[in-house]
Amino acid sequence: MAFEKLNIVLADDDDDDREIFKLAISQIGVNTSLKMFKNGVELTEYLRQEDTILPNILFLDLNMPAMDGFECLREIKKNPGLGPITVIIYSTSSSEKDIEKTFLEGANIYINKPSDYETLKTVLKKVLTLDWQYQTSILNRDNFLFRF
Amino acid sequence: MRLHVKFDIEKICKDLLSHKLDELGVNYNLSSFGEVEIMQTLNEKEKKQLQHILNNSGMKIVNDQNMIIVEKIKALITELIRQDATSAKIVVSDYIEGKLPYSYNYLSRVFSEVTYMSLEKYVILQKIDYVKELLMEQNLSLTQIAYKLNYSSVAHLSKQFKKHTGFSPSSFKELKKKLKNNTTNQ
Repeated sequence: MAFEKLNIVLADDDDDDREIFKLAISQIGVNTSLKMFKNGVELTEYLRQEDTILPNILFLDLNMPAMDGFECLREIKKNPGLGPITVIIYSTSSSEKDIEKTFLEGANIYINKPSDYETLKTVLKKVLTLDWQYQTSILNRDNFLFRF
Repeated sequence: MRLHVKFDIEKICKDLLSHKLDELGVNYNLSSFGEVEIMQTLNEKEKKQLQHILNNSGMKIVNDQNMIIVEKIKALITELIRQDATSAKIVVSDYIEGKLPYSYNYLSRVFSEVTYMSLEKYVILQKIDYVKELLMEQNLSLTQIAYKLNYSSVAHLSKQFKKHTGFSPSSFKELKKKLKNNTTNQ
């Protein structure tokens, strides 16, 4: 029971990226359950449903059709009930402007999508364990800001 | 009027725990951080009530033996990092080993098994968290922080900060300032 099950949600419109993400999460040896959505509309609908168990961690792609990552982030941060979710931006954009904007809108972590699989696994393991430490240690959540 | 409040989290938690235990009227001793000795026998109902009250205040009684070890290690690391360490350079492994009845090798293995993070990494994470706090809340310079936390140089501190957070200390500070203004303007 040491590491309690982490509920993870990913919103990404790219089929391949979702498959790779799913595989990587399953291989890092942390007890997780994963739900995936193709765009922000599906995601926010899911989060709004009453019987939804809120995720511990949400991975958000920025460029998505029908409600992009920025809009999702704003929606989520507007809703106080969704406050405890750790929001991780998961995007190919390395524009400093985009990165800063997401942090200012309330994201905790920015991940520049790694191009190789091993790096992706390493980064994912790092952020999952980081999140767990922020939930269980005396660490200042206001300063829960990292980029990889 | 808008006030910025600095929290002594350890003290707040301790006070809250004492307060809740006082409310219950049990006889207790708060030993080290996070450890309570109940000086009387509780029946099942009282145990349940204690658990319930603590749960409601965001506290949880740890049952798993390895989790207890991890919690103790974490408390020791926080204590070590946040004590005014300018006087002496204490090696983390010596400190932990000196306070717990296990070898450092064993403790470090249990720690990574439970948390999926190595003990060394956790020490860095705690240190970085403290650096962030000193940068923002006490407005110390990097030179002052490096001295306070026994870094060999400012360059070493900056490098470690950047490596583990992805930000340089100055860009982190900039971002936090903007974040603060953002929330103030809303």
